[in-house]
Amino acid sequence: MIPCKLTGKRLTTLILSLFVFTFINNVSAADIPAGKALFMGKCASCHQVLKPATGPALAGLEDRHTWADHKELLKWINNPAAYLAKDTYTQGLLAQYKSMMTGFADITLTDVDNIVAYINDASVVKEKTGGPVDPPKTNNNAIIFGVISLILAIIALILMQVNSNLKKMSDDAEGISRPEPVPFYKNKVYITMFALLFFAIAGYYLSSAAIGLGRQKDYEPVQPIYYSHKVHAGINQISCLYCHGNAWESKHAAIPSVNVCMNCHKAIGEYTKGPTLYDKEGNEINGTAEIAKLYKYAGFDPNKPNDWDPSKAKPIEWIKIHNLPDHVYFNHSQHIRAGKVQCQSCHGEITAMDEVKQVAELSMGWCINCHRETKVDFNYTDSTGNKFYSIYEKFHNDIKNHKMDSVRVEHIGGLECQKCHY
Amino acid sequence: MAASCKIPVKKAIPYANKPENLVPGVAKFYATTYVQDGDVVPVLAKVRDGRPIKIEGNKLENNSFAQGGTSARAQASVLDLYDMYRAKFPLHKVKDKFEEVPTFEQFDKLVGDAMKAAGGSVVLLTSTIVSPSTKEIIAKFPNLKHIQYDAVSYSGMILANEASGFGRKIPSYNFSAAKVIVSLGADFLGTWLSPVEFAKGYSKGRKIDEKNPSMSKHYHFEGHLSMTGSNADERFTHRPSETGAVAVALLAELGGATAPSIADAKLAAGIKKVAADLKANTGAAMVVSGSNDKNIQIIVNAINNVIGAYGTTIDWTRPVNYRQGIDSEFAQLVADMEAGSIGTIMIHGANPAYNHYDADKFKAALKKVKLRVSFSEKMDETAELCEYVIPNHHYLESWGDAEPKAGIISFQQPTIYPLFKTRPFQTSLLRWAGDTKDYETYFKEYWIGKLGDENAFNTALQNGVIENAAGGGASYGGGATAAAESAIAAYKKGTGTEVVLYEKVSIGTGAQAGNPWLQELPDSVTKATWDNYALLSMAKAKELGIKLNTDYEYYPGKPVIKVTIGKKEIEIPILVLPGMNADTIAIAVGYGRNESIGKTVAGVGVNVYPLATFNGTTVDNFATGATLENLHKKQKIAQTQIHNSYEDRKEVVRETTLATFKKHPNVIPEWRDELRDAFYQNANKDFRQATLYPQHDQPGIKWGMSIDMNSCNGCNACVIACHAENNVPVVGKSEVLRYHDMHWLRIDRYFISDHENPDELKGVVFQPMMCQHCDNAPCENVCPVAATNHSSEGINQMAYNRCIGTRYCANNCPFKVRRFNWADYTGADSFPNNQDQQLVGKLDPAIFQMNDDLTRMVLNPDVTVRSRGVMEKCSFCVQKLQAAKLDAKKENRILNDGDAQTACQTACPTDAIVFGNANDKNSAISKVRVDNHQRGFYVLEQLHVLPNVTYLAKVRNTDELIETEQHEEADHSAAAEHDASNGEHKADSTLPSAVKPEEAQH
Repeated sequence: MIPCKLTGKRLTTLILSLFVFTFINNVSAADIPAGKALFMGKCASCHQVLKPATGPALAGLEDRHTWADHKELLKWINNPAAYLAKDTYTQGLLAQYKSMMTGFADITLTDVDNIVAYINDASVVKEKTGGPVDPPKTNNNAIIFGVISLILAIIALILMQVNSNLKKMSDDAEGISRPEPVPFYKNKVYITMFALLFFAIAGYYLSSAAIGLGRQKDYEPVQPIYYSHKVHAGINQISCLYCHGNAWESKHAAIPSVNVCMNCHKAIGEYTKGPTLYDKEGNEINGTAEIAKLYKYAGFDPNKPNDWDPSKAKPIEWIKIHNLPDHVYFNHSQHIRAGKVQCQSCHGEITAMDEVKQVAELSMGWCINCHRETKVDFNYTDSTGNKFYSIYEKFHNDIKNHKMDSVRVEHIGGLECQKCHY
Repeated sequence: MAASCKIPVKKAIPYANKPENLVPGVAKFYATTYVQDGDVVPVLAKVRDGRPIKIEGNKLENNSFAQGGTSARAQASVLDLYDMYRAKFPLHKVKDKFEEVPTFEQFDKLVGDAMKAAGGSVVLLTSTIVSPSTKEIIAKFPNLKHIQYDAVSYSGMILANEASGFGRKIPSYNFSAAKVIVSLGADFLGTWLSPVEFAKGYSKGRKIDEKNPSMSKHYHFEGHLSMTGSNADERFTHRPSETGAVAVALLAELGGATAPSIADAKLAAGIKKVAADLKANTGAAMVVSGSNDKNIQIIVNAINNVIGAYGTTIDWTRPVNYRQGIDSEFAQLVADMEAGSIGTIMIHGANPAYNHYDADKFKAALKKVKLRVSFSEKMDETAELCEYVIPNHHYLESWGDAEPKAGIISFQQPTIYPLFKTRPFQTSLLRWAGDTKDYETYFKEYWIGKLGDENAFNTALQNGVIENAAGGGASYGGGATAAAESAIAAYKKGTGTEVVLYEKVSIGTGAQAGNPWLQELPDSVTKATWDNYALLSMAKAKELGIKLNTDYEYYPGKPVIKVTIGKKEIEIPILVLPGMNADTIAIAVGYGRNESIGKTVAGVGVNVYPLATFNGTTVDNFATGATLENLHKKQKIAQTQIHNSYEDRKEVVRETTLATFKKHPNVIPEWRDELRDAFYQNANKDFRQATLYPQHDQPGIKWGMSIDMNSCNGCNACVIACHAENNVPVVGKSEVLRYHDMHWLRIDRYFISDHENPDELKGVVFQPMMCQHCDNAPCENVCPVAATNHSSEGINQMAYNRCIGTRYCANNCPFKVRRFNWADYTGADSFPNNQDQQLVGKLDPAIFQMNDDLTRMVLNPDVTVRSRGVMEKCSFCVQKLQAAKLDAKKENRILNDGDAQTACQTACPTDAIVFGNANDKNSAISKVRVDNHQRGFYVLEQLHVLPNVTYLAKVRNTDELIETEQHEEADHSAAAEHDASNGEHKADSTLPSAVKPEEAQH
């Protein structure tokens, strides 16, 4: 009995220390979560920590240029165009990555501190674990806890087995006659425990799989034509609304019809100047051949441009990426015109994508979260806000009396079922 | 399992060339005109992504005809466009079987050759043509004889007007100018002449100004209880064969004839009273008659002349162009056909093989015509007898015009590319007359010529209706009166039971009988769907040995009787109704149609057109000398309401008489105060303590609705509008029988009658009932999954995809307005076999018709199609409210009053429904509540559910004084005090006060 107890105590100490270790590891970077949120929201569409994406990898940021001084970094982030004009290092970056850094005027110095803290943390963790190139797919803590729980469970089982064996031995020694112990695989307690554990785990995975049913984040299908948003909206800076003008008026953003494509492509028949294009698998794409595909749909012969008859064009069967369930009412014009939301807020850094990929989860929780956080254009008194909201007298009074600092979408019913479901 | 987890690849296919003015996802409205049986309603078609999905009334400033409002049938007409049973291509009968003719050119050649071979004269048989351009085309067709035939004829009236010196015409009626309206069996709010227009005018006289309460007086004489009769202030019943005598007696009282003897003392007294009232209101009165008897209509003209109706309430400067069929002309045509002198007959819009009183004779005669061509949109009873069928466009696919009244032209323009290989019948006429133009070109040239230039034409099309100057009118000549009087004196009083044939508001003449929405629409008065039946008085039922016990009342199986008139026999179930003449039964026409127009009509009702009789000049819509026999068997009738009386439950319905209302104007507000006082008693008069639940804030908008029960006439246009706007499913007769009907909006009908003598009907109340959007909703707090909850705009929301179908909410709803999808009525379930199972019972064919891919094009894409197992109910048309708010936000302005309108509100021809933001003190809804403080009430207010729908009490314009205990109390209290508090009441306690916390505290 006695040695057995000792083993247990030691083990507990070991586990406890392990816990503390991981805990301390987290505590040491208290501002990391804030930095992570900012990084994911603002930077992640162009930057990764460990490898270059649209922009350079950010690991080791403070060792480069004058970025150790976060004030310098802030200037660059707040207004890249102005900074670039006076700075050769960033000019070099532009030459290398060929896309201009997006400015974030609302970032503060604390934000920069937090983001850098997160970047440092993220790069250090990778180095400790041998620095795998791929970012971790699950939460590290969850794995650790899972492993610990599993070890604990096995140890507990062994201990219980040992305990029963010892008891049998001591009983034998004391001459007490007891029935043979039930082997563990027939023991009802064990079976119950295993069953419960099984249902808990299976239930967890089943329900999370069910919730995820129909969700397709990162969906990036191969389209009938390799159309690069990066080339069009990014490098050539065509306004989103030039092609998706419908979004300004209607619930549907709508894909432009072939005649809209041909407005430009009647003249542009070759892809020569832009960067080399690659598909998902890394195969090189011939841009000119893709334009030729468009000509086929349009029924356009580049050699006889004046003979083109737009009425003979055939529609292109694009694959729809962003899908909402039928019972959801979503209106693009509501968001971009009344709500003044940028396209990128939901569609990600579309100007950096070649083939479009679904960035947002498009789940209800994701929608609701934005409705909770987004401020409504309420300042009707100084005529910059939307006059529609002038009827909300109570909120205006509350703002005047400093009971409220801002009105968010949730305050005007943005969390109610019949805003989106009817 | 694994397969179901795979996400299907969806495609987004843009236009190849997007039309310039089209924005996918945004609806456009096109002005067009609904024309059916001569019924002309100017409408706007809502076109979403190229398909019309909803009909709205066309409301134009300064236009006497386009005043908004629609009828149930106009609302439902959009569904007919997507009818899967429409004729889809030109057909030629070869060896008794129809075969498709591949091209129009081939068809033209076939018909052209056949016409030459047939020889003889060429006849075009149509229902009334109201289109001036079409009339011109017909007139240009060489040697064509044009006969107009209407299923329900008004030729008695037309001939009478001719005899009275007005010419073969029907005048315009101005109901809004009449203070006394007397109807001799004319169902002018439901089916007579131009009901939408009349309902609009009539309702203007029924609005009550509290400061000076007055309203028009409506007397009604009829044999059975019609929808219009239900709205009358005073009703008198008589045998249909007595109509002539009643008319003459009325004229006699006014000094224009010798009085016949009227045996019924009540009727005789009624005639005296009516005559006195008419005299007193000379120049502001009118008499209308639904009779198709020339002599009776001549007498009615004489009465109208005596009471000064011509030039005041009856307008001869704008004679109407609808309902022009002359019975004797059609009779002559049948005789000519029998004689074999007609070589070719072309039939458009007329269906005598079904709706002629002697259809067999017509069918036999038709066979003698060598060439028979039909333009019917569907393979109806007459088209099936033709050799060639070239289907016409639906009106939503057509160019066209209608001149309902002289000088008023309402245009039609296509709202969708023709769905099938159909062609306008005018184009066919043009081609066969040797003109190469099609109707579209002809029509445009015709109107550009008339209106001056293309711009004027386009403006006219955009507005929909143009109003030219009125004509000179006509004057009355009384020469025919004496002859008519003596002719009527010779009429035999009917013996035995008399049968009235009437039109239902929903089905009418039966032309739209294949429309599932209309079939499932509960009749205004009987609340029965999917059937016709014989309406009986209680006395007659007793005479037949039918026990009117609870079994009769609660079970759908109704006794079946056999009606025998001469050699004609029909078997039909009965419904007993108060307010019927004891010797009269009434049966609706329009039923018993051939299955070829759609599975929907299979086995629905009996065709009673054959019971009509021909009096030598015109077709009478009644028959005398019927014998009834109780067959002692039962047939099920699906009614949506089986309780007929409100049992004096004032909490549900408030109705009173004008005399009572004038004497005790504050009865309702005082009674409401009592109700509230009683409720707050235990809460120390603190409103907030009166409920466990927290109050809902409405910081911006608070939607509210007001329904004037005095304006509502039960026409049901709102119910169909709700169907169309909100994708409300059709459930079929078998499900209605189980009370599974899905109408979000129903019109509850209550009879006010003496308990001792139920056949003496005092009045009928129509109460549109939908979700009341209670601010303290009993449904919300019983939902275990919070699928129904309250919005910050005062709407009781329903999240379908959250609902798990416990139905607790429906059980807890005091208004019974929640509807549960007991079966997969819409085909929206992911599991295809959900419609094909025995557990919930077999679904009716109408459901599968509604689920057809073609029919589903009518669905509103902004509203979820609900699946099985979820609850649904009125949403205040939240999709329209959201759209209106969004438009305001986009335009950076506040929401104007009237921007957001519900479907029922816009459909209503009587403006009974007012809707808007109750937080805005200047909105129409706030004003209507303040202005009608004395009539306003909430249904079941004592429950403290705090509804957002107010009702305005029904007031019958009679002299009867209803004295209750409450009045006496009020009289005892000092009159001066009463008057003093009146002003205060009006000033500060508006209707929504029930939900104001301050109110309860003082």
